[in-house]
Amino acid sequence: MKKETAKTLRAFAIELVIYSVLVVAYFFLVLHFLGEGLQRIAQTHRYAYAGLAILLMIGQAVLLQTVTTLLLRLIRRAE
Amino acid sequence: MFFPISGAHISPIYLATIGFVIGILGGFFGVGGSFIAGPALRVVGLDWNFAVGTDLAHIVGKSVVAVRQHRAFGNVDLRLGLFMAIGTIAGAEVGAQLIQILKRAGNVNLVVSIVSIAVYLSISTFMIWESRKTLSQARLAGGTIKGAKAKDDPSAFKHVTSGIQALKMWPMIKLPASGVTISLWIILLVAFVGGFFSGFLGGGAGYIRMPSMVYVLGIPTHLAVGTDLFEIIISASYGTFTHAVKGNVDILIALVMHTGAAIGAQIGAISTQYFAGPKIRLAFVPLPLIGAAIVVYTLMTGHKL
Repeated sequence: MKKETAKTLRAFAIELVIYSVLVVAYFFLVLHFLGEGLQRIAQTHRYAYAGLAILLMIGQAVLLQTVTTLLLRLIRRAE
Repeated sequence: MFFPISGAHISPIYLATIGFVIGILGGFFGVGGSFIAGPALRVVGLDWNFAVGTDLAHIVGKSVVAVRQHRAFGNVDLRLGLFMAIGTIAGAEVGAQLIQILKRAGNVNLVVSIVSIAVYLSISTFMIWESRKTLSQARLAGGTIKGAKAKDDPSAFKHVTSGIQALKMWPMIKLPASGVTISLWIILLVAFVGGFFSGFLGGGAGYIRMPSMVYVLGIPTHLAVGTDLFEIIISASYGTFTHAVKGNVDILIALVMHTGAAIGAQIGAISTQYFAGPKIRLAFVPLPLIGAAIVVYTLMTGHKL
């Protein structure tokens, strides 16, 4: 049981490190390109911006969960 | 990092860390976490209107992650969540209207502050009494409370809950996922009250809805957490849309916060599997107290966190 917990914690720590690298890349690349376009839509098309905001949020949620699940599966398989 | 929509300069690491902490709380307790996110965004200089709207957008994403995780454990009652969303949205509108009336009367801050302190303290006091009593009863009976899979969630308040479930007011709704049959009107009333406080006091009011689902509707704690989060997706999406139309949402800040929340929400949701219902309810007690402390601080200093 303890061995299993230690294994899970190690896999989680590795996942966290890889995830952090991906997130930092995301900050600088994706948000940099999204910023101007979203600002323009926010100023000119409020309703489109509102709909887009929700879609982006849900899209990112599904994407990040898929990434973390995939990472954990890969790390577990490698061990 | 500069966020052009709100014109704010905020560290993305700070946002992701705040998101991570709120994600854990949300995944574990089924709350939105506005009482932390709002002040945390205000502290770094974000305007109040942007803090409220952006927090709602981030709650949508965090709840999607937590619900997917809870659903994998069978902790989401979709039927109940959909019924509750109707009552919540109606209640939120009435709560917001009452705020407008109080604003015109000129005493909105004092009334809202006193009501919120009373509500927060009542919830905490009641939950600490109930969960401790349930845990001690279980110990006296010689049994241990099973964690994760326990659908039969023990509660010292069960006799009242059973009485509420026995009220036969047509239409009666069967909730197979929760193992409960209850009048639709009671579901709508609970959701309406939660929504009312959400519109009246701000935030998602998960600190009211989650305990109400357990004590009034008789939903097992694990299912109440998952279902509340599902319901939050609908009500927070509605809130995000209306705030975004009014120009109160910086979606870039919400997206950055959510990078931390996504992983935090999964940890929170998975952690519920290791705790029994009464223990989750006992651990929930400090959350409304933090909310009360923030309101007392605001009243005493005049600074709105």
